[in-house]
Amino acid sequence: MELICPAGNLPSLRAAIDNGADAVYIGFRNATNARNFPGLNFSPEEAIEGLHYAKESGKRIFLAVNTYATPESWKEAVDTVDTAAEIGVDALILADIGLMQYASHSHPDLRLHLSVQASATNRHAIALYHERFGIKRVVLPRVLSLAQVQNLVEKTAVEVEVFGYGSLCVMVEGRCALSSFVTGDSPNSAGVCSPAHAVRWVETPSGRESYLNGVLINRYKNKEMAGYPTLCKGRFQVNDKVFHAIEEPTSLNLLEILPDLLKSGVTAIKVEGRQRSKAYVSLVTRTLREALDACLADPENFTPSSDSIAQLMLLSEGSCHTLGAYHRPWQ
Amino acid sequence: MKISIAPIPYFWEKDRVLAFYQQLQDAPVDIVYLGETVCSKRRELGLTNWLAIAEQLTVAGKEVILSTLTLIEAESELAGLKQIVENNRYPVEANDMAAVQLLAGRGKFVIGPHINTYNSKTLALLHEMGASRWVVPVELGNKTISSLQNNRPLGLETELFTYGRLPLAFSARCFTARAHNRPKDSCEFICLDYPDGLTMYTQDKASFLVLNGIQVQSAAIHNLITHLDELKKQHIDIIRIAPQAEGTTEISTIIKHALDGGLSQDMAAKQLEQYQSNNVCDGYWNDQAGMSQSGSPVDV
Repeated sequence: MELICPAGNLPSLRAAIDNGADAVYIGFRNATNARNFPGLNFSPEEAIEGLHYAKESGKRIFLAVNTYATPESWKEAVDTVDTAAEIGVDALILADIGLMQYASHSHPDLRLHLSVQASATNRHAIALYHERFGIKRVVLPRVLSLAQVQNLVEKTAVEVEVFGYGSLCVMVEGRCALSSFVTGDSPNSAGVCSPAHAVRWVETPSGRESYLNGVLINRYKNKEMAGYPTLCKGRFQVNDKVFHAIEEPTSLNLLEILPDLLKSGVTAIKVEGRQRSKAYVSLVTRTLREALDACLADPENFTPSSDSIAQLMLLSEGSCHTLGAYHRPWQ
Repeated sequence: MKISIAPIPYFWEKDRVLAFYQQLQDAPVDIVYLGETVCSKRRELGLTNWLAIAEQLTVAGKEVILSTLTLIEAESELAGLKQIVENNRYPVEANDMAAVQLLAGRGKFVIGPHINTYNSKTLALLHEMGASRWVVPVELGNKTISSLQNNRPLGLETELFTYGRLPLAFSARCFTARAHNRPKDSCEFICLDYPDGLTMYTQDKASFLVLNGIQVQSAAIHNLITHLDELKKQHIDIIRIAPQAEGTTEISTIIKHALDGGLSQDMAAKQLEQYQSNNVCDGYWNDQAGMSQSGSPVDV
């Protein structure tokens, strides 16, 4: 089982390789990928440098081009695909079928992966992408249970990659317009969710308030830890009760079910977080590498070490972990 | 321009559904989409019931399309999808690529609003597979739509979500069950208690979103009534109205009058107010945040 790690810049890419990633996924510095954040991502030159670095250790680089290009951004998306082919990335991670057709026709030798943003949650959907565009791997949305993942591994002709660690999207990826409803920019169209330009913090006598384009997302009492106002992770009122009505700030962590994933034939586990620091990428990669090696060596007796759980907990959103949808009761 | 009625997004008792479509028979709408698109646990009506409603609406002169589930995970959901695809009588609206996969090559079908169709290449490809109509994804604005319209394949109709609470997101988690501290597997069909969904407010008491099982909608009513002339100019073929618990027939009647020119758009907007439990928005059409409304101050 491969370990796929994120990198938002060259130092993080090197850190991921050095700490045991089998492949690193990156994006170019434009709106063609779902982490289009200021100061993040790669120029083609940096990507080439990253490719060399990975190749030296026998590792691979995947490039995400996983927003949905509109007519206005179509040329940029196509140019990005061409550049990716030219510099020789090991795989292209795509979501849009128009772009998939372009890539499969123009660069038939380029390996295509189906992005999580394509929302493929069942075998017929995956078959469409496989039969028409020759995708070799699907990254599954974080909404499927373990049993459903296992069923898909059995019934699809492509490799299956699942998210193993990082921030949790509670919505089906590629099917959430909450961010554009509030700010005008969404993951699908602009590669961002709850973008920083729309965030405003207000200090009040009773504590802090976070706003997204004027919408109150959360209120924190004095001394309470405040989190980034991702809009689905705020506290809202439903039926006179104020709570995390959509989702708590929490991180997905699949350490506990690594042996099950291994047994089911999942090809790769992926770490979320191209926007994270080099230190974060290093620590998560190292911790998961160790866990994966231990699990591969003796899957029957594998339990995540308390040390690795503690390490990851320190990095978690809200210092909290969940198995997400993999664990059925969550649904 | 024709008027369509979207599938009922909420969970209603069977009698309420039957009464709703009974009333629609005499409403000035051209196209009616039928079926469950949100949650496969909602089984007040089976395919046989939907087909019976379809028959009545057809007799009443309506074009009927059967809609499919948006989030498909389980084998049982795929089996349900297959039954709809193979109904051999009514065209189908695909809301997931699984439906497109099964419908491709079987004749004409409709691309629903939950298939991501953002560029001309994608549109052409779906048309080649058999799509004869597409419903524009809700977040696309008029600039993008204009460009897509200029390059759309011949014979492909364009349908735009024009009135109602916006379908914004889908999850595997049920938010209505969560609000009642129930796991999804034992939700006890709590959605039946909320025929217009369950409103979620910000802590400063502004209505923000509506929880509808695993779907999240806008609390504001997306209302393009004052943009009808622009829609015509963009060659939108069909305008889509989302069902709500009360007033759908009246809403479609007002919009029809505005379309025919019997009612000014401003007057129509005024008349629609009585059916709006919330504020309105039109931001997406203006290439802005979906929640914003033309003429209102923007708070950034």
